[in-house]
Order: sequence, then C-alpha cells, then structure tokens
Amino acid sequence: MSLDLAQVLDVLNSKFPQSILDVKEYRGETTILISKDKLRDIFGFLKEKFEFTFLADLTAVDYLEIKSPRYEVVYHLHRFGPDCEENVRIRIKAEVSEKDLSIQSLTPIWSGADWLEREVYDMFGIEFTGHPDLRRILMPEDYGPYPLRKDFDVRDREASKESFKKELEQGPE
Amino acid sequence: MERVEFISAESTHNPETGERTETMMLNMGPQHPATHGVLRVVLHLDGEVVVKAVPYIGYLHRGIEKLCEHITYQQCLPYTDRMDYLASICNNIGYILSVEKLLGIEDDIPERAKFAEVILFELGRIESHLVGIGTNALDLGAMSAFLYCFKERERIYDILETVCGARLTTSYPRVGGLPLDLPENFEEVVGNFLKVFPETLTEVDKLLTRNKIWIERTKGVAVINAEDAVSLGLTGPALRGSGVPYDVRKAMPYLGYENYDFEVPVANDGDAYARYLCRLEEMHQSLKIIEQALENLPDGPYIADLPDIVLPEKELTYTKMESLIRHFVIVYEGFKPPAGEVQHAVENPKGELSYYLVSDGTGKPYRMRVRGPSFVNMQALENMVQGSLVADVIAAIGSLDIVLGEIDR
Repeated sequence: MSLDLAQVLDVLNSKFPQSILDVKEYRGETTILISKDKLRDIFGFLKEKFEFTFLADLTAVDYLEIKSPRYEVVYHLHRFGPDCEENVRIRIKAEVSEKDLSIQSLTPIWSGADWLEREVYDMFGIEFTGHPDLRRILMPEDYGPYPLRKDFDVRDREASKESFKKELEQGPE
Repeated sequence: MERVEFISAESTHNPETGERTETMMLNMGPQHPATHGVLRVVLHLDGEVVVKAVPYIGYLHRGIEKLCEHITYQQCLPYTDRMDYLASICNNIGYILSVEKLLGIEDDIPERAKFAEVILFELGRIESHLVGIGTNALDLGAMSAFLYCFKERERIYDILETVCGARLTTSYPRVGGLPLDLPENFEEVVGNFLKVFPETLTEVDKLLTRNKIWIERTKGVAVINAEDAVSLGLTGPALRGSGVPYDVRKAMPYLGYENYDFEVPVANDGDAYARYLCRLEEMHQSLKIIEQALENLPDGPYIADLPDIVLPEKELTYTKMESLIRHFVIVYEGFKPPAGEVQHAVENPKGELSYYLVSDGTGKPYRMRVRGPSFVNMQALENMVQGSLVADVIAAIGSLDIVLGEIDR
C-alpha cells in the first residue's frame, strides 16, 4: 500500500483543525508546521495511524532577528516500506518562542528521542517537558551559555574559563 | 560537577545469612583501549553483573555545526572528514550530495562523477567494516583477524591516495563533481583490489564465523529486539542485525543506487554475532557494487558545467582574466543557494548519516545539522548491556561500531 501524503494531510487537518499551521513543498520534501500544544498527540497519531514508526532526526534552528517566534524544533519522521516508493519521509516543525522555551518531549513515543532532545537542550536551551533526564550532553554540565544560539559569540572564552574555574581552584584530589 | 562515588549507598542486607552486598560503580574510560576513542561509561555493578551503564560523551566535541555557520559551503567539506574518520570519504560524499540537493543541481552532475563516487563510497564502507570487525575481534582477544583486516585497509588507503592524494582525511569530491579526473590507473588499482580482497574476506570468515570462542563471546550477547531498535532510532548493521531491512540505498536511493544489483543483508538474532554477519555480508555486496560500477564507468566530463558554482580549470585561472575573477568570487563569497532547507540521507557504513541544511540565501550555511549514526546508535548501549557481564560491555561497544569523532562532532 503506497501512502498518499495529501490524504495524510487531510486526515491531520480534520483531526487537529487548529494545529496544522502550514504545509510546504521544497526540493521534493514536505514540511508541515504544527503548533506545539498538540505536538505529542500529532506524533502519536502519525505513528499509530500512518506507521511513521521511525524518528530519523530531531534538531532545532535559531532564527534570531529573522522571524518570531525565534526557535523552530525540527523533526524528521520516516515510514518504512518494502518498496522504495513506499518509504516516506516528512519534516515536521514546531515553533518555540523566546518567552516560553518549553515543548513536549517525544521520549514516551520514541525512546531514541532521549539523546536527541538532550542535545537540543544543550545547544539551544529548549526545555522538553516530560523528558526523564534532561541534562547537558556534549558541553560540560556547569557550562553557562547555549552554543548554537545565534547570539553566542564563538570568540568569547569566558564561559569555558568559568566552567573550569571551580575545578582548577580545587586542584587534583 | 557531578562526582562519582565508587561505592554506592544502595545496599542490600540478607537477614538470614547476615550478608550485606553493595553495588559498585566502575568508571570505564574516557581513556580506555576498548572504548574506541574517548567514551566514558559509568558501570553500576552487582558482582560481575551490570545493573546499569551510563555513557558520558562530549570529550571530543569541537562544535563542527557551529563552525560551519561561519564559513562557506566549500570550506565545510574538510570538517566532515573529521567526524567519522574511519570512512571520511562517505561523510564527504554525503555532504556534497546535500549541498547539491540544496542548490537543485542533482541532474547536472555528470555520470562519470556519480560512478566514481559510488566506487569510493563502497570502498569507504569496506574500510569502515574492516575496522569494525577487526577491532571488535581484537577487543575480544582475536588478534589475527584484526591483522588481516588492517592489511586490506591499507590497500584501500593506497587507492584513495592515488585518487585524491590523502589517505585518511580525503576531502575529495566537490560540489558539482570531481575536482580532477580520476587517475589513469584508477581502473587498474581498483581491479587489483577486487581480485585480492575476496581472499582476505574468506580468511576473516574462516577465522571468525565458526570460531567457537568468537561465537561464545558474541552469540546472545548485547541483544536488542527489532521493536526497541526502531524505537531507539538505530540504523545500519545495528538495525539490520535485529531483522529490520532498512537501508537508505534501497529506501531513498541516491547516486543511482537503484540501478545496481545488490542485496541488503539482514540477520534476525539482534546480537553481536548477527551484527558481525551483517557487516561481513555487506562487504561482499559492496564488492559486487564496485564491480558493476567499474564495468560501466563512463568516459566524459567529471564535473558539471556550472560556472556559478564550480571553479574554473587551474590553467584558465592562470591565463584568463575572466576565469581569475570567477575563481576569486567563488572562493571569497562562495556560491549562494536559494533560501530554503533540505535534508539528505546516505547509508554510511555505520548507519544513516543525514545532513539538514538551512540556507538564508548567503554563501554560508545558516544551519548545518549532522545526524550521525554513531550518536543515535550509542543510546542502545544501556539497553544492551543491562544484566550482562562486565566483559560483554566490551563486546557490545565493539559490535555497535561507534566512532567518537562523529558522536561528539
């Protein structure tokens, strides 16, 4: 059974009338913009109903001074199929504003979202509500700023110094 | 900063025997030969049984995604080598394909470049699997298989050296095709490799596949079932070893993979041995692909005719004013893809590698996101080793075939 994306969008639109904000096609890829309130319901629905069983990627983009709300959390969902035409990949985006940096976590649906969400938290400071263990993953745990934000200055070493100051003062045990 | 206490507070007291037991915390890494880089795993042990394993990563974090926001698209290419440095050519080609998709020039790429990229991609896959199998065996005490694998790996490095001058960090193709035509003896050296390599593959097969010690150390070890594997987002041999036949080359073909005749090996047990079998068979399939590509390697142009994107020939840059100007503009400002976003996935040896590029219409990527297979696959470790013995943690890490350069980026 091949999957008709237009049909998926129709069903989504009727099921979540207020939540599907925009649909775009670019270079053969479909991007759906949804509102973050119904995020987990929509993903759960797509997984159950249309067999989008695989969360291929989860990341975020900071659009500082380009648009408001500032952040977009980007999900790539994949549906397996025996034939090449039946493999469908869609991109789903949800906007997160600077004032309210929280968004629902997808860890109850995909356990693999765990580290991906931790990375987004580490790099952008976006908080995933319902995440079991939201800690920094790549940067030191007491590091202050969020490096992939556009207002992060790469030449500024203060945060790194600050982060290791305590350790340096304490010295080796 | 969190401190690791080596004796945990949790203890159990058996009133009948009067015995009191505690779980112990054991810090493995970041400097440990069997973690294949700088991975730290904190193991909670009850005797010799692993109660919990918590991986800590980030020791090799260089911020490649951030760095790439400050340089032009061409300048990002060398950074992609430094992620999965065991198959740098695959990372390079994956990145080039994403930029080509962003520019919308996929149809302009000459056939010769595509065939050459397929050959190099599959050589990269063999190279990575040789290290994967070799080091996994070495960690479990089988030295000879490792030596056979590394001997062949040198041959692949020699081929890469004749093609692009570098062995490990290749930075080879360019957006639009190949920077130089393939060397004259390319077909000969790849042909030679195709002749000698199957023999070594048989040797490795003989050394390991029916080796009692190898089987006992890997069969039934680090098991993950298909449902968990999909939920965790595993890809590559780690997913196919659990019986899910997902391969990007078949699911979303690129570089004309749909025209090649090859199989996607799948094993059903989901253990370290199944993943080993998948890797071994994938190398046979890669050879088949290389053979087909080499046979059909067409003559003709090796780079697209796109003056806005591709640098002019060196000869012209030195002799023609217009070419010099063009060269300067492309190097200094970079080409400017239209504003938009694309994601392109390739089947790296270790799993699905995808680049998500956002362009704002300037010469530098607004955002470059790398979804590395090792990063996602690493999550499975905790699930795999729970309840197994300490020694099996080594087998599990080896069979996941991770590379820390890509996990930490």
